[in-house]
Amino acid sequence: MKILVVEDDAEAASYLIKGLRESGHGVDHAVDGETGLEMALSATYDVAVIDRMLPRRDGLSLISSVRAEGRDLPILVLSALGQVDDRVMGLRAGGDDYLTKPYAFTELLARVEALGRRRAASPAQTIYRVGDLELDRLAHSARRGGIAIDLQPREFRLLEYLMRHAGQVVTRTMLLEHVWDYHFDPQTNVIDVHISRLRAKIDKNFDRPLLHTVRGAGYMIRDGLR
Amino acid sequence: MTGFAKLIRTTAFRLVVTYLLVFVLFAAALLGYIAWNTRRVLEAQLNETIETEINSLAEQYRLGGPRRLAASIERRSREARGFFYLFADARGEQIAGNAVNIGAVLQRQPGWHELSYTRAEDGASEQTFARVRLFRLPNNLTLVVGHDLDDRQRMRLVIRQSMAMSLALVFVLGGIGAWVVSRRVLRPIDSMTEAASRIMAGNLAERLPVRGVGDELDRLAEHLNLMLNRINELMAGLRDVSNNIAHDLRTPLTRLRAGAEEALRTASTPEELKAALDRTIEESDGLMRIFNALLMIARVEAGAVPGALADVELAGVVSDVAELYEPAAEEAGLDLALSIEATPVVRGNRELLGQALANLIDNAVKYGRPADQGTKPPPLRLALSTHDGMAEIAMSDHGPGIPPEAREKVLDRFVRLEKSRAQPGYGLGLSVVAAIARLHGGSIRIEDNSPGTKAILSLPLARVEGVTR
Repeated sequence: MKILVVEDDAEAASYLIKGLRESGHGVDHAVDGETGLEMALSATYDVAVIDRMLPRRDGLSLISSVRAEGRDLPILVLSALGQVDDRVMGLRAGGDDYLTKPYAFTELLARVEALGRRRAASPAQTIYRVGDLELDRLAHSARRGGIAIDLQPREFRLLEYLMRHAGQVVTRTMLLEHVWDYHFDPQTNVIDVHISRLRAKIDKNFDRPLLHTVRGAGYMIRDGLR
Repeated sequence: MTGFAKLIRTTAFRLVVTYLLVFVLFAAALLGYIAWNTRRVLEAQLNETIETEINSLAEQYRLGGPRRLAASIERRSREARGFFYLFADARGEQIAGNAVNIGAVLQRQPGWHELSYTRAEDGASEQTFARVRLFRLPNNLTLVVGHDLDDRQRMRLVIRQSMAMSLALVFVLGGIGAWVVSRRVLRPIDSMTEAASRIMAGNLAERLPVRGVGDELDRLAEHLNLMLNRINELMAGLRDVSNNIAHDLRTPLTRLRAGAEEALRTASTPEELKAALDRTIEESDGLMRIFNALLMIARVEAGAVPGALADVELAGVVSDVAELYEPAAEEAGLDLALSIEATPVVRGNRELLGQALANLIDNAVKYGRPADQGTKPPPLRLALSTHDGMAEIAMSDHGPGIPPEAREKVLDRFVRLEKSRAQPGYGLGLSVVAAIARLHGGSIRIEDNSPGTKAILSLPLARVEGVTR
């Protein structure tokens, strides 16, 4: 993916760029809001990572300007302001996702890749398939190897989200945000218990596990042979 | 700045000067009016006197012509009653009269005049002012009759003297009065200023003086004192927070550093190093969570209301969060029973309310296990109800409970009971709940569930029986 990073802090930027490049992405870097806006409008990027506090042009104003130009470039807002209202403001300005500093790089990478993939994926897809696991969004049913799996509504949404991002790391906070629609700190890893329940249903009686734990990052669903 | 310039800038000085100016203006206006009126009366009197004299002379003229008039004037001139007489022929020669140097007088037009002349019998050159009336008689004779203006001059002198006198009095008395008044008004202000500068210099316990007379200045001082008290409380709170942060961040920071050092010294394989780094990241994540929780409490307590508050269906939030925690509770060997007895709507922030609930359930899961491990423990109970215009969320467990004397204290930051030390946590969960409750105009209280703990979060309803707030 081609990623635009707009971040004025040199150390944070180099850490971020290094990590993204090591993960196989092409990265362009702008150090202020004006340059960032020019670059966002002059080239085509898959994802932009934009810091909220920038010299010359504020991050939120940059995002509004990009949106005013009619670009649907997926944008991840980075901010040291982590309160609920800041998040809402960031998303209202046209950001697609919001991450509070300091963040784990795995979290950022997972979100950037989810954003980039979201654009590539066709939204009209009604059946997700990973290996012999199949999820039908319209029929609200899941089956593996032809055997129907009985899922609770929340488990279904959890599996749906994981399969939409098949082959990608999905973090616990991403799950809490997209499956439960909450953004708070759940104290204990409540998500893990939900995952292990889901895992018991889809992986337990099969010799090849599909739902994997990615240490220090989150979870990923994929065909184990790949 | 010179002393005088400083004096000019004081309110006392300005008050004094303003008072004086007003007094002087009043006094001058009053005296001026009196002087003007007196002069008018005197003038009218004088005119009347002169008219009478003229009438009497006219009678003489009518009876005996110029000759008799001249004789009469001659006689009257000698009596010297303050009258001025001049009777002259066509060439300007004096026929009769009591004045010398009369040339200028005769040039005047008929009518009223005021002039100075020298009285003939005085011999000296003393000038006298007079008000006169000039007549032209047949045969180009000129008659001037008048009266000295001594009275008016004396009057003017008296007025001038009294004016000077009263002005001096006004200056002295008004000055003293204004000074006294302004001192009375300004002394309390000065003492307030002094007290304020002492407070600013660091004597934070000092308060502004209240004289107990209940006037505006007292009220001002009382309010400023209340403000100082509030600032003091806030500062104390802030100090506590920073002390606590320093204290409670020190432990995990020390652990973080020790772990990293230890790994650097002893770890020999990449796997060991990696494990140590993982632990380091975990520790720093913990630090971040403490930090975020503290920031949230601080912001909520500072009254920074996050975003716009909206109507929130509590039942939805309660069942969402309960559903989120149910597997975790089960993992801990506890059932989570949900009982929704009402569907209240509160004005609030869904995320924060979710966070508060999550903390309550998390506490119950962590500390809600009965001491008796043998049998299957009774379920944790999460109940939503309404009571007296408040929505109540009650989280009950059957754990060891919280002793009555500690129930207030556990709401404070970083307070962890001795028994809870074995569990992971930072002692911020209930503080966050308390802060969120306060933000929503509600409260959190801890009750005995005999045995166990019952934490009740009360929130004011957005609407009461169809009445929109």
